[in-house]
Amino acid sequence: MSTTDSHNSAPVTSTDIYDLAEAEDAALLKKSAKPLSQGQLVRRRFFRHKAAMISLVVIVLIVAVSFSSMGFLGIPGWWDKSYVTAGAVVNGGAPTLSLIPRWLGGEGIHLGEHPFGQESTGKDYFALVMVGTQRSIIMGVVVGVITTFVGSVIGAVSGYFRGRVDSVLMRITDVVIVIPLLAIAAALGQIAGNIGSSVFLLALMIGLISWTGLARLVRGEILSLREREFVAAAQSMGAGAGRIIFQHLMPNAIGVIVVNATFAIASAILLESSLSFLGFGVRPPETSLGLLISQYQGAFTNRPWLFWWPGGIILAFALAVNFLGDGLRDAFDPRQSHRIRRAGLFDWTGRNKNAPAAAIVPPQVEVQPGPSNPAAPTTEGGYDTDKGGRA
Amino acid sequence: MLIFILRRLAAAVGIMLASSVLMYVLAINSGDPLADLRESNADNRELLIQQRIEYMNLDMPWYQRYLTWLLGVGKCVIGQCDLGLNRNGQAVAPLLGQAASSTLQLVFLATIIALVVGIAIGVLTAVRQYSGLDYAVTFLTFLFFSLPVFWAAVLFKEYLAIGYNDWMRDPQLSPVQIVIVALVAGLLMQVFLGGSLRRRLITFGVTAAFFGAALPTLLALNFFREPRLGYVGVAVLTIAAALTIVTLSVGLQNRQVLYPVLITAGLVIVMQFVLVNVFIYYMNWWIIIGGLALAVIVPWLIGRAMGGRYRNVAIGASVATGVIGAALTVLDHIFRTWPSFLDKKPRPISTIGSHTPNFTGDFWQVFLDHATQLLLPTLILTVISLASYSRYTRSSMLEVNRQDFIRTARAKGAPERIVIFRHALRNALIPIATIAAFDFAGLIGGAVITERVFGWTGMGALFTNGLSMVDPAPVMAFFLVTGLAAIVFNMLADIFYAVLDPRIRV
Repeated sequence: MSTTDSHNSAPVTSTDIYDLAEAEDAALLKKSAKPLSQGQLVRRRFFRHKAAMISLVVIVLIVAVSFSSMGFLGIPGWWDKSYVTAGAVVNGGAPTLSLIPRWLGGEGIHLGEHPFGQESTGKDYFALVMVGTQRSIIMGVVVGVITTFVGSVIGAVSGYFRGRVDSVLMRITDVVIVIPLLAIAAALGQIAGNIGSSVFLLALMIGLISWTGLARLVRGEILSLREREFVAAAQSMGAGAGRIIFQHLMPNAIGVIVVNATFAIASAILLESSLSFLGFGVRPPETSLGLLISQYQGAFTNRPWLFWWPGGIILAFALAVNFLGDGLRDAFDPRQSHRIRRAGLFDWTGRNKNAPAAAIVPPQVEVQPGPSNPAAPTTEGGYDTDKGGRA
Repeated sequence: MLIFILRRLAAAVGIMLASSVLMYVLAINSGDPLADLRESNADNRELLIQQRIEYMNLDMPWYQRYLTWLLGVGKCVIGQCDLGLNRNGQAVAPLLGQAASSTLQLVFLATIIALVVGIAIGVLTAVRQYSGLDYAVTFLTFLFFSLPVFWAAVLFKEYLAIGYNDWMRDPQLSPVQIVIVALVAGLLMQVFLGGSLRRRLITFGVTAAFFGAALPTLLALNFFREPRLGYVGVAVLTIAAALTIVTLSVGLQNRQVLYPVLITAGLVIVMQFVLVNVFIYYMNWWIIIGGLALAVIVPWLIGRAMGGRYRNVAIGASVATGVIGAALTVLDHIFRTWPSFLDKKPRPISTIGSHTPNFTGDFWQVFLDHATQLLLPTLILTVISLASYSRYTRSSMLEVNRQDFIRTARAKGAPERIVIFRHALRNALIPIATIAAFDFAGLIGGAVITERVFGWTGMGALFTNGLSMVDPAPVMAFFLVTGLAAIVFNMLADIFYAVLDPRIRV
């Protein structure tokens, strides 16, 4: 328990985070002379979130490399080898990628002929992994979009109308939830595989079953929002159900929706790799990261790179997307009690910088009567004083 | 309450029926069940096709096939389960029996370990919010959320199992390795215990010194091949556990709790002498179960008789001591068996299958064989669900910590220990019940992948083989178990919820 908090002798609980978030917003408001909109505040908070920013860079990097190297939709990429043509295996298929510069005694930074090595029939592994990454990303995005759309509409309709509509929609949700996601996705993957080997089709099918969690969350959110005055106001002005749901309620639930959309992307990528691993996802002439791991897990002792690259990329991408979602959650709702300010994640002294900010509060500080939110004035001033002291 | 349960039950039956239709339709439409026979060149091709059509009722329309299956399941009510035939004409019900027992064992074990460890970590990180430990655990949680299970499983196999087995042939550590282990242990310990810089340094120093001294001693005693606790070891550990439990629950100065707990510990120490021959010569599962029952009932009576005003705490603490003591006694016997087990199975940790083929031995050796087979899959499943439990406990604890009754408890001068364990944790556990229920059913799904990696023939194999052969009976058997588990556990959670929290209207 914290002993640094002399502001009130209670330990650092989430109440203080409440104050901190407000204080931070207030500080942001002060820096720019004019008031900020809600969207601007969210954007600023997001861009100050270190973990989320690092994740964003990782995501952009992976997307850019995988799509530009192998090309997409018939546009050729800069990597000249194909992922389907076999060839002679050079040097046991060992990777030629080297990242140690010459002045450190390495071979210099270069990609070489087969940066990620070759698999047993001599196919270029870099090409295979990059195509697999593309498939995973497409999968994640398509599933994320469908899940978000279906889930938020069903949740919102269910929460807004309540009564019979609600119970019918929620029973449908229950019916889907009872079947383990992996099982129903495997059956659908099998069906999709019989129709064609398109990754879009598989993504469409998985998207149509994985909306259940989001629907429940959005419903809960809408149930509480619909009791608020602005809904009554809109109703009294004659707005119809559609207008209220899409113009008034959904924008207020956007935080939950956006955050869960990112988590849906991460879990769709993991689900696809699991399905391909079990043999119910993408099928051989096509490729995907999960399928690559499944095909080469036996090669771990002899040619570990066949195993490390696809798994490492799934892990890196899913981790980055999850951190991005976490950053978004903090940005949309910094007061949400169960999330700490993750800004300090890579910054191990985060506690000393943040927690006592509210502690060194001089009782009377000049408070600008600006258009800021009605945050506790002492906290606002306290934060500022602290800032000034360090600057 | 009864009406509440009945209403839930009716809704559950309806949902289960609808889901089973959905699953059945998906399963029978996932391909051509006769594909392999159509391409076959066997002389009796027509006969085989006819046979399969008969086994799988392929001549009926889909709703008739489904109703036939449903009727068979309905017979379970009168004790004659008929889950249909798979495409080779085998009855699925006995197959399911075998498969479910191995899978449920795995999932149960993983859930229980994950719950205990996850809640402990969650409480610790909530108490030390914003500490290095908190950030590290948060990062690890995200890592585990993003980890492809099968990929991690292969890594565990390669580095944990094979690495350990190689090391087990000649358990030696170089001085450098010992120093590294000691330093890492010290570092972890100070992170867990926390406190001021001085306290952390002391913790670090003491732990590192302990490991630095203990590891060479254990290696010199060849502990890793011939481990021993001995009577003294069990006695010391039981008393240490007893004192820890009392310290955590009410504090050592409370005699009404301390005495029953110490008496229980004394009984455990006596019992291990009494039972030693039974354990060696006449061991079976009934003795284990009976012993465990004894280890619960006797301490319960002692706690009840001596607890006085603190009766409930005394009962809880005594029972915990009794169970830990019994577990230590069993552990001691497992240790005794280890050398002879190593002779039979020189590479102890297995990576394939749920039991070693043709393995025979006495009770403890078979037990160890089973345990070493379970180790890796359980570890994988535990790690997966550990992440979410620790996360939820942490957030739930923080939520509760913010409430007024916690401030009141602190204000009236209750010790921090009581505030955390008695006031906060109890309330924080309520939402965890729901999550655990959901998670258990989900974990059976997760076990599909784990079983594939470790070559188990459990429900995962039943499902994946059934689905790839377009064989609905095994797929539906899998669904039946997971669906029932989901519904039963959710209902239990609902009831549990309503009992724990009277504010929830039923």
